[in-house]
Amino acid sequence: MATATPEAVEARIVEALASFGPDIEQVTREATFEELDIDSLDLVELAQIVEDDYGVELKGDDMKNLKTVGDAIELVVARAS
Amino acid sequence: MSRRRVVITGVGAVTPLGVGADVLLRRWVAGESGIADGEGACRDFVATDHLSKKEIRRADRFAHFAMTAGDEALAAAGWSDELPYAAERISCVLATGIGGLGSLEHQHDLLRDEGPKAVSPLSVPLFMPNAGAGTLSMRYGLRGQSFSVASACAAGSHAIGVATRMIQYGDADAVLTGGGEATLTPLARASFEAAGALSPTGISRPFDARRDGFVMGEGAGILLLEEAEAAQARGATVLGEVLGYGSTSDAYHLTAPEPEGRHAAEAIRIALRDAGRDASQVDYVNAHGTSTPLNDASETTAIKLAFGEETARTTPVSSLKSSIGHLLGAAGAVEAIATLGALRERVLPPTLGLEQPDPALDLDFVPLSARPLEPKAQRPVALSNSFGFGGHNVVLCLEGVAA
Repeated sequence: MATATPEAVEARIVEALASFGPDIEQVTREATFEELDIDSLDLVELAQIVEDDYGVELKGDDMKNLKTVGDAIELVVARAS
Repeated sequence: MSRRRVVITGVGAVTPLGVGADVLLRRWVAGESGIADGEGACRDFVATDHLSKKEIRRADRFAHFAMTAGDEALAAAGWSDELPYAAERISCVLATGIGGLGSLEHQHDLLRDEGPKAVSPLSVPLFMPNAGAGTLSMRYGLRGQSFSVASACAAGSHAIGVATRMIQYGDADAVLTGGGEATLTPLARASFEAAGALSPTGISRPFDARRDGFVMGEGAGILLLEEAEAAQARGATVLGEVLGYGSTSDAYHLTAPEPEGRHAAEAIRIALRDAGRDASQVDYVNAHGTSTPLNDASETTAIKLAFGEETARTTPVSSLKSSIGHLLGAAGAVEAIATLGALRERVLPPTLGLEQPDPALDLDFVPLSARPLEPKAQRPVALSNSFGFGGHNVVLCLEGVAA
């Protein structure tokens, strides 16, 4: 399992989100999921990736409050430590 | 009050002969085949040329074909983001034989190899058979009824028939219809092979004495149907008209057609009656013509039963499957598009590979090369036959435009 340093988590999440549709330059910490056209199905996929890579299990309630890419990175880093 | 008439104002296709409805007819008429290594794959189709990364990830290949053909059909009809009718008056009825089988197989591999947590949340929307209808409805903002029809290899024609009825009855002013299929997968191959339906030689030669089964193909055909007066009012270019629709069931065997073709013949009769036409007025029959020993024999009998021996013998019949293989649930849609094109171009497209006629199958199958179509009336009339596993029979009666 990968070590959940903030840099590593950020890189992994940005890469995953970019694979879902948006251009990678659009995927900044400040970008909202709404702007990126990332919906609930995408977030479930993101949760699968995060669990595979860092062993962090994210539930539907966790994901519901996420608004920006930065929110997701912070949540994963906090849970992994 | 006379019945509302249904015209076709746009078509689109993705087939083993290429991307586009024009290339389909042009290459078929030229006697070219899209079949290689025993399959009709859409080799020229590159999803990223037509769809975004997100659209590709979120849909199975069968829906990729349908979206691409749908874009072509709507563009051909001159539709833009501004729909010409209220969104609630536009429906979407799409056919598929199986749905997203490639996606289903892939997710099952993940389940077996890595466990349930590896299965994608996109699985169901990828493989559900109605994904094509749902995707097109969302893509174009169509808010009338939308759903998929599944009747195996008859589904494409069933979809067009149901769409026609919706407009005739007044439930819709326009319907986007047709079908998509993408089942060149290990499971589909093994399954059709086990059923004894696939050609072991990989050659599609309908009505030939040596025919030994069908060749699987993939692709999509999408047609935009509109109520005739509304289409005229918006200045649409009309490509043809759906004159009649007839459908019956064999209630005989799960996979084999009723050998006398009696119920297929009845579907032909119903379609002609619905169209207000007589068999003697038909210029061309686009056969189901799968290249299986059973279908081609029972279909020949059915045409004779419905037309009468003499008229049957003088009516040209040919099979698109000789050029692209069998597109299963998309077959009827793609064949209706090719038929409309043939009526428009006044051409009888050929049955390829028909070099050794079966003495028992003695109709004019337009073997090997195309011939000119000389219409019996100002506007030529054709039938398009589709029959499916399950004993489903569907016949469409289509009319081309005046020269």
